[in-house]
Amino acid sequence: MHLIDHKSVVKRMKSRLAMNIFSKSVFFAATMFALLILGVLLYRVFTQGFGYLDLQFLQSLPSRKPEQAGVYAALIGSIWLMGVVAPVSLLLGVGTAIYLEEYAKLNKMTAFIKVNISNLAGVPSIVFGLLGLTVFVRALALGTSVLAAGLTMSLLVLPIIIVASQEAIRAVPKELREASYGMGATKWQTIVRVVLPAAIPGILTGGILALSRAIGETAPLVVIGLPLFLAFLPNTLLDMITVLPMQIYNWTGRPQAEFHALAAAGIIVLLVLLIIMNSIAVLIRNKFQKRY
Amino acid sequence: METQNMKSFSVQKMIQEKKKKKSAAGIVEKIMPYILFLAAAVSVLTTIGILLTLIFETFMFFDAVSIKEFFTAKKWYPFSETQGSFGILPLISGTLKVTLIATVVAVPIGLTSAIYLSEYASDRSRRIIKPILEVLAGIPTIVYGFFALTFVTPLLRDIIPSLEIFNALSPGIVIGIMITPMIASLSEDAMTAVPNSMREGALALGSTKFEVAIKVVLPAAISGIIASIVLSISRAIGETMIVAVAGGSTPNLEWNVTSSIQTMTAYIVQVSQGDAGYGTTIYYSIYAVGMTLFVFTLVMNLFAQYITRRFREEY
Repeated sequence: MHLIDHKSVVKRMKSRLAMNIFSKSVFFAATMFALLILGVLLYRVFTQGFGYLDLQFLQSLPSRKPEQAGVYAALIGSIWLMGVVAPVSLLLGVGTAIYLEEYAKLNKMTAFIKVNISNLAGVPSIVFGLLGLTVFVRALALGTSVLAAGLTMSLLVLPIIIVASQEAIRAVPKELREASYGMGATKWQTIVRVVLPAAIPGILTGGILALSRAIGETAPLVVIGLPLFLAFLPNTLLDMITVLPMQIYNWTGRPQAEFHALAAAGIIVLLVLLIIMNSIAVLIRNKFQKRY
Repeated sequence: METQNMKSFSVQKMIQEKKKKKSAAGIVEKIMPYILFLAAAVSVLTTIGILLTLIFETFMFFDAVSIKEFFTAKKWYPFSETQGSFGILPLISGTLKVTLIATVVAVPIGLTSAIYLSEYASDRSRRIIKPILEVLAGIPTIVYGFFALTFVTPLLRDIIPSLEIFNALSPGIVIGIMITPMIASLSEDAMTAVPNSMREGALALGSTKFEVAIKVVLPAAISGIIASIVLSISRAIGETMIVAVAGGSTPNLEWNVTSSIQTMTAYIVQVSQGDAGYGTTIYYSIYAVGMTLFVFTLVMNLFAQYITRRFREEY
């Protein structure tokens, strides 16, 4: 007596195996689709913008005539913005991470700070713009300046730096700290001379990723009122700037095809800037990463 | 005798100097925790600042417009002098339309990519594909906006001739593409965390790889997967530049994805770009809209955190 009906098992097995192969190719195709989109996006941007990309484009101020327009003001503005965001967000972010990892006691206050940071990371960027508009532009009367824009952006990227720095500090093995205490070092000496140097590659990588978020972000800057069109360069921290994504937004919003080509050329400049920064992050990670 | 004196004197001096240094170090040691606490307090102050700003300015808005009108009126005509109407429903409907389209695009692609990466892909292809997905996630949103307006919209207009230049469909699809890597990478993390012994158990019982993925790994990782989807939807709700560039500026309540719309975020951008004077009702209206947006995303984020905490399966 057969307990198992072989025919039906074989029949069912066939469809199950067919399903297995079919689904594998579907899953693979879906993954490739995401990559294909990236390819199409880059191809479109490069073919549209390449014609406008020359030294003149990099050295010219924006203009009403497409053939004379350039990204110089926006590029310099983005660099000024980074000049404010980098020190402010790194100091605050690393400070917070050291406090949370080395000093904070396990109490409700600490738990609240941690929950707060993870929630802050989920707040839409445009809401940070509203905060910047009220607090920095109006209440502190900084106006639509480099400083107001930079401080707003610093708050926006702060959670990224905090989380990256926390992970880097946590990865420093306990033995290093204990050896330092054993040699008679105080807690602060241990943090500054042992923990931070060991954690610096991770912190810098997180910092660069946060900065590349900051130079690509547009919405908060529109809200705090940075101009879309600016034909002069900043001299002080209280001057107006425009930045690369704002300039791209400005050109994209115009109906003429020439300005769309300019926008594409601006996007190439922005993407090249991002690629350079990310390569630096990868280099730092590979060169200084120690395994304990 | 004299030399001995000199010596003892210098030793004394050394001890005193050492003590001085120690007390200076002691002061640094004592105040550093407080200085670092101040740095940590900035993130809390940011949240308080966001809440106070939104609440305070929203109250200013409700001085001019009643709460009932804001939540029930079916028209959003802020710029009309005579018959201005501030009903947020059309803006919410615009946001939901775009978010729904994005979810429909992103969830199938993101989930299947995650299954492929965690269950099928070899180590080598995973090492190639994952960084590319990260690149896709790191592209500034204004670039996606440009892509939506100059590539996706014309392409869709070839297929659907009645599609307007500004519409809900194109930015919805592009936002979907934008959040796909987020779903893929977070879900992949959740699936990779499922222990191999469970896969091997199912395989030993005669399951195919597909059955292992769908009937064992997916249910085991479901809390992480749902959390990743909820977080991505929250990102889509708050997304600004793509809808500002390609979505248009005509708030409406229709269930039509081919016509021009306006989302909550796009409205804030539109007002910020114009010259709405400080203190006008229109100026305060962006805070009321921002508050609504903030509540939407906060609820989603808290929900995602709740799911991961509540339904996490420990192996």
